[in-house]
Amino acid sequence: MNKMISSVSPHILSPRTTQGIMLDVLIALFPAGVASVIIFGLRSLLVIGVCVAVCIASELIFEKICKKENTLKDLSAVVTGVLLAYNLPVSIPLWQAALGSMFAIVVVKQLFGGIGQNFANPAITARIVMMTAFSKTMTTWTFPDAASSATPLALMFKGELNSLPSYTDMLFGFRGGCLGETCTIALLIGGIYLIARRVITWHTPAAFIGTVLVMSLIFEKAPVYQLMSGGLIIGAFFMATDYATTPCTKWGKVVFGIGCGLITILIRFWGTSPEGVSYSILLMNIFTPYISKLTRSKPLVGGGKQ
Amino acid sequence: MKLSGIRVLHRKNTADSIPQKLPLPETVVIPMSMHIGKPAVPAVKTGERVTVGQVIGTADGFISAPVHSSVSGTVKKFIEITMANGSKTNAVVIDTDGLQEICPSVKPPVVKDFESFVNAVRASGVVGLGGAGFPTFVKLGVKDLSAVKAIIINAAECEPYITSDTRTMLDKADYIAKGIDLLQKYLVPNRIIIGIEDNKKTCIDKMNKVAHGKDNVEVKVLPSVYPQGGEKVLVYNTIGRIIPKGGLPLDVGAVVINCTTLASIAEYVETGMPLVEKCITVDGSAVKEPKNVIAPIGTPLEKLFDFCSGFKAEPKKVLYGGPMMGIAVPSLDLPVLKMTNAVIAMDENDAKLPKTTACINCGECVNHCPLRLDPRAIAKAYKLDMCEELKNLCADLCMECGCCAYVCPAKRHIVQTNKLAKAKLNKYIREQKDKKEG
Repeated sequence: MNKMISSVSPHILSPRTTQGIMLDVLIALFPAGVASVIIFGLRSLLVIGVCVAVCIASELIFEKICKKENTLKDLSAVVTGVLLAYNLPVSIPLWQAALGSMFAIVVVKQLFGGIGQNFANPAITARIVMMTAFSKTMTTWTFPDAASSATPLALMFKGELNSLPSYTDMLFGFRGGCLGETCTIALLIGGIYLIARRVITWHTPAAFIGTVLVMSLIFEKAPVYQLMSGGLIIGAFFMATDYATTPCTKWGKVVFGIGCGLITILIRFWGTSPEGVSYSILLMNIFTPYISKLTRSKPLVGGGKQ
Repeated sequence: MKLSGIRVLHRKNTADSIPQKLPLPETVVIPMSMHIGKPAVPAVKTGERVTVGQVIGTADGFISAPVHSSVSGTVKKFIEITMANGSKTNAVVIDTDGLQEICPSVKPPVVKDFESFVNAVRASGVVGLGGAGFPTFVKLGVKDLSAVKAIIINAAECEPYITSDTRTMLDKADYIAKGIDLLQKYLVPNRIIIGIEDNKKTCIDKMNKVAHGKDNVEVKVLPSVYPQGGEKVLVYNTIGRIIPKGGLPLDVGAVVINCTTLASIAEYVETGMPLVEKCITVDGSAVKEPKNVIAPIGTPLEKLFDFCSGFKAEPKKVLYGGPMMGIAVPSLDLPVLKMTNAVIAMDENDAKLPKTTACINCGECVNHCPLRLDPRAIAKAYKLDMCEELKNLCADLCMECGCCAYVCPAKRHIVQTNKLAKAKLNKYIREQKDKKEG
C-alpha cells in the first residue's frame, strides 16, 4: 500500500469556502444589477464591467509584481468591483471608474496585505476618494424621471419635500442616485438571501437601519424616505457587513450598526453633505478594532460567579 | 447561556449493526502504554505462555494502568512501536494458539467498600474509553467523597460515524445498570445523570428503562450539537456549571464517566474479566461493509478492515477515532488500543486536504468555539511569540474539538496552530515558574 495521508484533526471540513461566500455575495448583488440596467440603461452594465475588469487586472498585476500568490479565485476582487460600480453615478467617465477601481484594490486592499487584512472597505474608501477627486462627475445624477433634478436626499436637504418621488418609485428605484443603490426591493432580496445563506447576520443591518429609522422618527424627517434614500440599504447589507473591516461578535455588530446609523443621521441632518452612509461606514471601520476589543467574547474559564 | 458548537452530519451508519466477533488474529501487538501516565512495566518474558486476562504489564506509579493479555498464546518478542501520535512505546507481540484459554486468576474481585472498589477498577485495567485514556481508578479515587455531587455518564457520542457507545447502551444495558449501582453504593453521589444526544432514540428508551426504578438517576436528552460529549460542554449542559480553567469536573462537584467505561468496570466486578476486547466501529468512505466489530486489544487494524470485506476504494487516510478528533495512523499494522472506539478509513476524496487560503476575518471560528476562544488572535500571538498575550487569550483552555477548523472557509489548520500555541504557552509558564523558584 502506498503512503497514507497524515494530518491534524478535524478530518472533515464544512463545504463552505471563501470563494463560495463571495459567490453568494455576487448572487445577492445580482437583482440590483438587473434593476440598474432597467432603471439607468445599458451604460450601467458598462460601468460595472469596467470596474470589475480593472479590479481583477489590478489584483492580478499587483500580486504578480509582488510575487504573491494569485488570489483571483476567491472572487473578492470581483465583489469589490461590483460594489464600487454600484456606488457610482451611471454617467461617470469610464477612466474615473477605472482609476477608482485601481485605488480600491491596490491602495486600500493590497497595500495593507490583501484579503482579510485591509482595515477599511475598499469600495467605500475608493468612492470617498472619488467624491473628493471628481466631485463634479460623482454628483452628476441621471434621472429616470425627466421631471426631477435632484436626488431625494438633496431634495430633503433643501426642504423640498413636495417634489419627492412616490413611495413606489422609491421602492423600485426610479429616482436619482448611484446606479446600484436605488432599487430598494432588489437590495432587500439580496440582503435576505445573504442572511438566509448565513453569509451575514441580521445584527448589523437591523442596528444600522433601525437607528436611522428611530432618529428620523424622533426628528420628524420623513422616515420612509430616509430609509430608501441614498446608499442606506446597500450600505447596511453589503458594505457594513464586510468581514475584514467590521466586528465579528453579535454585540460588536450591533454597536457597529448603531454607530453607522448615528453618523449617517448626523451628516444627513446637520452636515453639509446630503448623504453620509459611506462616511459613516468608513469612520466605523476605523473604530472596529476598538469595538472588537470591547465586545470580545470572554473565554469560559469558569470559577467566580456562575 | 448556550454554548456554541457545530451541527455535523451524524453518519451513524452502523447504529443497527450488532457487533460481530472478529476471528482470532494470528498475532496481537499489545503496547505497554494505552493510557495517560507512565507506561506499564512488562510482567512476562519472551517465550512465556500467556492466557486471556493475564497481567502482562503492571501499573508503574500512581497514574498508570495494568495491561492484560487479550489472547492465549506465546510471547514472541518485545518491540518498540511508533504510535499514531509519534510517541514510541514498548509492545508485547503474542502469537495466539487459538484456544483462548482463560487465566486462572480471572475471578470476580471482592468489592465491599470504596477502597476495594477503586482497587478493583485499578486491577481491571480500564481507562477512559471515550478516547482520552485517563486511568479510571484515578478519576474515581476521589479523596473527599462529599465533594461528589453528581456523576455524569457520558453517552453523548457526538463524533460522527462512531456507534460503539450506542451498542454498549443497547447490548450491555445491564452492565450500565450494575455500574450505576456500584457508583451509587461506593461514591454516593446526590444524583446520576446519563447524557445522551437526541439522535439516539433507542438508546434513550433503553437508558430510561435503566434509570426507571432507581433513585436519583435521570436521563438527560441533549441536542445533537458537536462537541456535546466534550467534558466541559457536557458538564455545563447537564448540571449548569463551568469547570474552571486547568481544573477537573470535581471542582464543580461532578465526576464524568463514559458509558462504555462504566459497563467495562461493571463487567469486571461481576466476572473478573479485565479489559481485553473492544467493540469498534469500522466505517468510512473506503470501507466496503461498515460494521461494529468486537476485537481483542492488540489486533492489527488491517484485520478489522479485512473482516469488513476490505476496501471499496484505496484508503488514503485511516483514523483512530472519529473524524473530528481522531488521530490519523501512519500504518494499518498499528493495533487496536484500549480506547479505540472506531477506526475510520477515508477514500481519496474524503482524505484530500483542501488548499489553505488567507484568513478573511469572518469570525466563524470565534462564533463557533464552545469555550469562546479567539483562534484568530491566538494564531497571531503564536506567530509573534507573544506568550503573555497567549496567556490572556487562555490558549491553554482549548480542548481541540475542531469546531473552528471545521467551519473555517479559508480551510486554515486552526487546531494545529492551537496545539502549537498551547505547547508554546505551557513552556512559557514552566519557564516563568522556574524563574520564580530559581
